[in-house]
Amino acid sequence: MRLILICLMAVVLSSCASMGVEPWERDLLAKDSMQLVPNFLDNFYDEHIYFSKEASSGGQGVGGGGCGCN
Amino acid sequence: MQLKKIKVQMSLATCTLLQVASPGVQAAEVDWDVETSTLYYSESDGRVSAFEPAIYAGKDLEDGGRLDVRLVIDVLTGASPNGAHASTVAQTFTTPSGNNTYTVQPGDTPLDDTFLDTRVSFGADWTIELDRLSRLTLGTNVSKEYDYLALGLSAAYARDLNNRNTTLTASFGFNNDTIEPEGGIPTALTPMVTQGSVANRQGSSDDKTISDVLFGITQIVSRNTIVQLNYSFGQTDGYQNDAFKVLTVIDANGLPSTTGFFDTANTGNRAYVYENRPDSRQRNNLYFKTAHHLQEDVINFSYRYYWDNWDIKSHTFDLKYRYQMEESYLQPHIRYYKQDAAEFYTHNLSVGNDVDATTGAVSRQFASNDYRLAESETVTVGLKYGLPIGDTSEFSVRGEFIRQTVNDGSVLDNEQTPDLDAIVLQLSYSLIW
Repeated sequence: MRLILICLMAVVLSSCASMGVEPWERDLLAKDSMQLVPNFLDNFYDEHIYFSKEASSGGQGVGGGGCGCN
Repeated sequence: MQLKKIKVQMSLATCTLLQVASPGVQAAEVDWDVETSTLYYSESDGRVSAFEPAIYAGKDLEDGGRLDVRLVIDVLTGASPNGAHASTVAQTFTTPSGNNTYTVQPGDTPLDDTFLDTRVSFGADWTIELDRLSRLTLGTNVSKEYDYLALGLSAAYARDLNNRNTTLTASFGFNNDTIEPEGGIPTALTPMVTQGSVANRQGSSDDKTISDVLFGITQIVSRNTIVQLNYSFGQTDGYQNDAFKVLTVIDANGLPSTTGFFDTANTGNRAYVYENRPDSRQRNNLYFKTAHHLQEDVINFSYRYYWDNWDIKSHTFDLKYRYQMEESYLQPHIRYYKQDAAEFYTHNLSVGNDVDATTGAVSRQFASNDYRLAESETVTVGLKYGLPIGDTSEFSVRGEFIRQTVNDGSVLDNEQTPDLDAIVLQLSYSLIW
């Protein structure tokens, strides 16, 4: 299992090495709308609402506020 | 060789001009980035309402680091399902404090309407630039409400590779939560008693610890596409019951038991017992996210697969489409979520099968009828409108409609599952200050 994970990691990283852009091609990527979390509070509210109503949580990061709501 | 040198110089110059640090990192600014927002959340049938103002501020530091702080106030009122199910007879419950009662009419889902709380949450993250390609972010979080205190610490290490087209992340988080519910901690799987009787309690407070690790990779695929893949594992130990949730103990006719141990007039025991959950939970998440820039518009999509050792598995799909207009933008949003039930979720307990008629002893080790542990689906549709004001600020308004459907095959005839409709209205103003 460990060997498979290491091989998988190596394949992913070597694939990543062939992707990407040059620094002068990052104009679109630098826009706020292209950030993976473009609006901090929108995301924060959504995480909190669904944390209180569903059994699943997490995935995007660690930590954050605990709550007696669930 | 000369060509390569020119290419490197151009890279550095462009990086400086665009202030691009790495995938997943906001464009750098020397001033404070401030977001202020107010959210109103309201559930149907008089259930929970929340009013939630929040402020977030972030600033790049002169040494290459960054500081982010946030403050949220959460004012909650309304009613929440207490775990008992609807019946063809009226049902009377004792409030958590043991000092009052409330009665639910036949056919109605039992809701505890004594729910009122204010939560204050503060968090801060400090990012330290370790070298040109790696960063360490240290975070802390404090959240306090009337009966609950959460304290958290986190650390995240990020390393850029492949000409900053790839970022590897390793994060660790630790939380310690303490609950001190009104009336004390109910003794699990013992009955709710009548007002004024000696309540089944096992102390005034209890706590749990939450440890999380996350490994992630963020990759720039092309000039207009970025992707992220995270795996996270979480371990929660300690008190994980909902102190306010009970289960109905039914007789052979499907009604709340009224005989033997549950002959309320003689024993003081109501036909509802406090739930019990395992004190250990291992959670896993596999999370994928991408942002893709079209000609003018942007698509943001994420998928999460969650599984834990309570036998809950879930799928979450989230899609936002930012439609760019001349000055402003519209952003439709759709989210779909589906989860399985926890292995100990049950609609009720029954005398003779799960509960001894004479002693009230429950033969199950764990049991809960919390609808959040049931098989369910949630569908969200929303729309956001954003209007930039000048070059440094933006006003936005967002509305969402949430419908949660609980699938419980054991519901009785003429009983409704505790399905939920909710609306969200959010007003935001962000600026560079």
